[in-house]
Amino acid sequence: MSEVLVLIEHSGSDVKKVSLELLAIAAGLGEPSAVVVGPGAGDCVAILGEHGAQTVYVADAADMVDYVVAPTAELLAQLVSEKSPTAVLIPSSAEGKEVAGRLAVATNSGVITDAVAVAADGTATQNVFGGATIVQSKVSSGTPIITIRTNSTAPFVTGGSATRVDVTVALSDVAKSAKVTNRVSVEKSGRPDLSEAAIVVSGGRGVGSDEGFATIIEPLADALGAAVGASRAATDAGWYPHQFQVGQTGKTVSPQLYIANGISGAIQHRAGMQTSKAVIVVNKDADAPIFDLADFGVVGDLNTVIPDLTARIKNRG
Amino acid sequence: MNICVCVKQVPDSWAEKKLSSTDSTLDRASADRVVNELDEYAVEEALRIVEAHGGEVTILSMGPTEAADSIRKAISMGATAGIHVVDDALHGSDALATSLVLAKALEGRGFDLIIFGSESTDARMSVVPAMVAARLNLPQLTFANKVDVDGSAIKIQRVTDYGYDEVSATLPAVVSVVEKTNEPRYPSFKNIMAAKKAPMEALTLSDLGVDASTVGLGNAWSQVASFADRPAKPAGTIVTDDGTGAAHIEEFLVAQKFI
Ligand SMILES: Cc1cc2nc3c(=O)[nH]c(=O)nc-3n(C[C@H](O)[C@H](O)[C@H](O)COP(=O)(O)OP(=O)(O)OC[C@H]3O[C@@H](n4cnc5c(N)ncnc54)[C@H](O)[C@@H]3O)c2cc1C
Repeated sequence: MSEVLVLIEHSGSDVKKVSLELLAIAAGLGEPSAVVVGPGAGDCVAILGEHGAQTVYVADAADMVDYVVAPTAELLAQLVSEKSPTAVLIPSSAEGKEVAGRLAVATNSGVITDAVAVAADGTATQNVFGGATIVQSKVSSGTPIITIRTNSTAPFVTGGSATRVDVTVALSDVAKSAKVTNRVSVEKSGRPDLSEAAIVVSGGRGVGSDEGFATIIEPLADALGAAVGASRAATDAGWYPHQFQVGQTGKTVSPQLYIANGISGAIQHRAGMQTSKAVIVVNKDADAPIFDLADFGVVGDLNTVIPDLTARIKNRG
Repeated sequence: MNICVCVKQVPDSWAEKKLSSTDSTLDRASADRVVNELDEYAVEEALRIVEAHGGEVTILSMGPTEAADSIRKAISMGATAGIHVVDDALHGSDALATSLVLAKALEGRGFDLIIFGSESTDARMSVVPAMVAARLNLPQLTFANKVDVDGSAIKIQRVTDYGYDEVSATLPAVVSVVEKTNEPRYPSFKNIMAAKKAPMEALTLSDLGVDASTVGLGNAWSQVASFADRPAKPAGTIVTDDGTGAAHIEEFLVAQKFI
């Protein structure tokens, strides 16, 4: 069986859930081989083996992550020419899509982004136009390069173990032309990652202030073990940081449950949350378009409904 | 400083978008056409850079005949000239073909900086800026929410999941900007009038030396096999809060096993 390369997203030894999901999808196409880049890559081998990787290619040279995406793309291009894989699967993050784009140019291969499923014959399923249309497409030239969204499938524990293969790549000058000189982390909340969370509690203009996020939205999120999201109206107003924006120009999320509070449901917001499995809406305007997506909706003031709900969930212990 | 901003004409993001039933490409007739909103931030950023450092801004777009309107619209913000790659053979081109054609059109013109919006509101792939950088062998400074140019040095803040990366390079370079970079200006009356007369270069594939058999729908590196509308969701339960709203949500959460 031919190899399927899976690019792993990780931070040190902490493997992102999406990577394990991609290994499960890769198993349906061929023999999963993980590709891990950057410091800490070697520490990911065991967990990747347990989730179905047969081989783990480790490229832990520091300069692999000192430059914007190009080094990873050059490494993958080298592996594609050496291993002739059936496909290359990459997480559909902003960075993952750029790696995929550069790899497609380097290998003259077709690229499909934002897939939610890949069939055994390589046909990818995408939800486009904010989830309103479902498209099946297939790469017709070169090695299929497919980026896949988080929460598209469940990780699968095979309990196996992987063979570690260390790899190096001689980076071109251009790959080293955009240098990362500093990484700045905004404060970590301790909440689950927005794009991976099973539950997202989101707030919009109706939340009214940054204080509203701190005293109404965040406590509900914490009671549910959820991530916090926000509409653009809320991030533009500075009530919540931009990296939590959900929608067309923010994150696309597909959680088990999305709770929209004080969000009207503009088409650009729906584009980022329309494929959520279940949606709860709290909005004081019964005509707000977001109610069209609701499995359960309450027409009411979030300032009274949400604190009451948070207290009820906490009381259940 | 000579800057080129690549813009795309897209259906208005407020309109429902559809695929054409005949060839599975975007049904451009079904919605109003506008300049991709994020590209306006790219134009704004370019104008701010030339206002500070001198130079000119050129607008480049690949697209059907009507895309010329979007080029003039972008010029009316304060740019100088336009380049329009227009050729029937381009219909249905994918990101690889688009990046190939844009790279050919940009090559050899001596631009110091090429700026994109970080994604188009229709295709939403966010890959063309990275592909163009790769094809032109230029530094890729994408997803910038802050751009600083100083002589031949450029520094950006690249938005990441955890915050941002500071990235630096030497010009020429390819940049893409996110919507938090700036606030695009409205065209002045004077610039709207000037844009009508701005020089516009129209280029075909043969002008660029691109073989028509490498682009367009039939030659795309990937093909759409089928598409369908997502089945409509059954209407949910909506209640009006009379003091029991939270209790009803709690019941829903329990029934769905979320708590
Ligand atoms: C190019 C482009 C990209 C965009 N990208 C995004 C994006 O990524 N994400 C995004 O979200 N938007 C995006 N937008 C903006 C989008 O069009 C809307 O403006 C935005 O989503 C509105 O946010 P909102 O629903 O919070 O605010 P509003 O539309 O103002 O809605 C507020 C809602 O809160 C309700 N409300 C008010 N007070 C209360 C209360 N006390 N209790 C309960 N309900 C209350 C109101 O009834 C109303 O329905 C984009 C727009 C453009 C043009």
